[in-house]
Amino acid sequence: MADQSTARNLESWRLGSCEELNELRESILASRDPAGQEIVVCHGTGCVANGSPKVAQALNSALQAANRETRVMPGIKKTGCHGFCSRGPLVIVNPYGYFYQKVGPRDAEDIVELSILQEKPVQRLLYKDPQSGEPILSEKEIPFYKLQQRSVLRNIGKIDPTDITDTIAAGGYQALAKALTSMTPEQVVEEVERSGLRGRGGAGFPTGRKWRSALAAVEKKGRPIYVVVNGDEGDPGAFMDRTIMEGDPHAVLEGLILGAYALGAQQGYLYVRAEYPLAIRHLENAMAQARELGLLGENILDTGFSFDARINKGAGAFVCGESTALFTSIEGKPGNPRPKYVRSVEEGLWGRPTVLNNVETWANVPLIVDKGADWYAGLGVADNTGTKVFSLVGKVNNVGLVEVPMGISLGRIIEDIGGGVPGGEPFKAVQTGGPSGGCIPYSLKDTPVDFDSLAEVGSMMGSGGMIVMDSRDCVVDISRYFLRFLEEESCGKCIPCRLGLVRMRKMLDTFSAGEGTPQDIEDLVSLSQAVKDGSLCALGGSAPNPVLTTLKYFRDEYMAHIQNHECPAGVCKDLITYFIDPKLCTGCGVCARQCPQGCISGEDKEPHVIDAGHCIRCGICLESCKFGAVRVEPGVFVQGAFPGEAVKA
Amino acid sequence: MITISIDGQEVQARPGWTVLETARHHGFYIPTLCYHEAVSPSGVCRMCLVQLGEGPQAKLVASCMYPVAEGMKIFTDTDRVRNVRRWILEMLVSECPASTEIRDMAARYNVTGTRFEIENPDEQCMLCGLCTRVCTEVVGLAAISTVSRGVHKKVGTPFLRPTEVCVECGCCVTICPTNAMQARIDSVRGVS
Repeated sequence: MADQSTARNLESWRLGSCEELNELRESILASRDPAGQEIVVCHGTGCVANGSPKVAQALNSALQAANRETRVMPGIKKTGCHGFCSRGPLVIVNPYGYFYQKVGPRDAEDIVELSILQEKPVQRLLYKDPQSGEPILSEKEIPFYKLQQRSVLRNIGKIDPTDITDTIAAGGYQALAKALTSMTPEQVVEEVERSGLRGRGGAGFPTGRKWRSALAAVEKKGRPIYVVVNGDEGDPGAFMDRTIMEGDPHAVLEGLILGAYALGAQQGYLYVRAEYPLAIRHLENAMAQARELGLLGENILDTGFSFDARINKGAGAFVCGESTALFTSIEGKPGNPRPKYVRSVEEGLWGRPTVLNNVETWANVPLIVDKGADWYAGLGVADNTGTKVFSLVGKVNNVGLVEVPMGISLGRIIEDIGGGVPGGEPFKAVQTGGPSGGCIPYSLKDTPVDFDSLAEVGSMMGSGGMIVMDSRDCVVDISRYFLRFLEEESCGKCIPCRLGLVRMRKMLDTFSAGEGTPQDIEDLVSLSQAVKDGSLCALGGSAPNPVLTTLKYFRDEYMAHIQNHECPAGVCKDLITYFIDPKLCTGCGVCARQCPQGCISGEDKEPHVIDAGHCIRCGICLESCKFGAVRVEPGVFVQGAFPGEAVKA
Repeated sequence: MITISIDGQEVQARPGWTVLETARHHGFYIPTLCYHEAVSPSGVCRMCLVQLGEGPQAKLVASCMYPVAEGMKIFTDTDRVRNVRRWILEMLVSECPASTEIRDMAARYNVTGTRFEIENPDEQCMLCGLCTRVCTEVVGLAAISTVSRGVHKKVGTPFLRPTEVCVECGCCVTICPTNAMQARIDSVRGVS
């Protein structure tokens, strides 16, 4: 995306009052033609990687070329992520709402010719209903979007995140103006308390209660108090916070300013991991524009309230998402956690009272202040109010970002919004809450997705990652994967986490090699419990969750590894055998030519055979076969012939 | 004074005391590896974990850092506590097998061997961090600190180069519970 802000020069625009904010908003809206044409090109990180800047460029040139014959010169808007990442790059043509998916630069001319000049949809680029095959014209008719409830993400995909005027036109900073003119700080805290908002970072602690205890700490210890945004999203497969920071940075900022007003803070910090350069750029840009307009800094909107914030870049340590490690990192020390026997609302950053909330939590605050706690409490279910953003990834048709009301069932998210597993089989399990969460089997698909229900089944909400698995995913392998991740990310301060995770992983290594005894499984459970009980912070305290939940729900699969020496999912390389089905093999020889071991042999046009003794189970033959003749069988076979004739080791 | 109960016995504590200080004052045994009166507690070794409360709400807390509060119920030796201690000791036996102090404490918990692979039979250091804390807090120099992260963590000087900051006071060697610092001290000053 363009490095410079696309906003107009804002210097002369410093807003002296809330009325001036409204005047500005009205003048922006008045300058726009609601019937005017507009091409929206998604510029979220996923679509950018898929080539959306080239699409925007091609659209621009196509528009220029067409300009000679047309009256309309629509603007091209670059927005944040629309959420439907598996279908990117996404292009929307307004005011008709035509939703185009998987757009390439070569489609630009057709879009301009048909949609802009003739105002008709380009049929081949429309999303087709997977069941009926019927093309769907607009975003809101697509099942993926239809079943969602977008409130935090409401502006993402609609506004240009680099232009504050677009945010203001969409209603940004209205909540701030409302709070500053008609609410006391106490009323803002009350509103957040009554809304029932719970921290979106994972633990689900009631935000209002956190703010209240921070105020009590200020009463005891005095000021300063700090407000901090936790943007150190580190779970593999999670990108909710990144999308919010990239696509609607002002929502986070406005939430933070509201929090500062409510708590009486003058300085805030945004801790964002350095791996999110686009998010950092957009936040920096948003802060600069907000400062110029007088929405951040000294004397905000001329109300006498001053607050400023700065961005701290995290250096990529997963553990720095943990609150106390995050504080030590901001303080310039190594990101090691400390025990939280004295809570961080009392003794946080630099030993001062500190309110740390997740990106999504802060982004919810303007909504609550603007629309009221009652409106917010009406979303979701009792004790779990509001919506939650999830990143839906893994073996699911519609990979992307979804926002749903709390309390919706797991199955509804995965099967109805996510479109189920490719191929149509039911999903095997879903990992919620990233590496610290648990693996929930298909049989529990009616579990409501809220903080308490997920904890009951042994998992956790976490920050909102959802990794869907099918029958080709091995639970032993998944547990190993997460443990390997956490073993690398452990800070090494306390002994159970530093020594325990690596030993747990080594135990799983033996299982995936087909070794071990049922007693070893019991010992793994015992060690997991010790690591969970003994670790200093939540990283080690939740690290055994994937192991414990897979052992609870899929113990058979563990037993198949150690007793039958086979990996039922066909993943663990020591426990599978590749075969060629002689009935399906045409003898084309493609697999034999691709095999890096040269261990596939056979006559031309005759069924081929894999020499199991030399096969390294790389899977290249499986991918290269056009006839589906290569198959993976669980278990180790000594002979390379097809099962039935083969002898098991 | 604050009244708490330890293993069913009511005892008095001064405000500001930790659970460990209170327990030791009254003669209860709680094992520790990374605790020393001369430096601030850091809750690293987790051997001093005790159970706070009973039933499903019970949790394990590091007694060296947990402040006492009126009416709290502490249990120093429950099954849950013993499970953590035994696993820590078994892992330490494989991590620093040359330390007699660790072997002795392990024996006290009937941990006589280890199922885990021993990588370095001469290792004594368990990274309790007492040496770095005494150097920072008591000597006031921070000539040594822990470097790297996670499984790669170790005690050393900045960039692992000999440092003039060290004044050879020997505090780190004296405070080290396993004698591991003795083997490292020369690398700090760079004398062979």
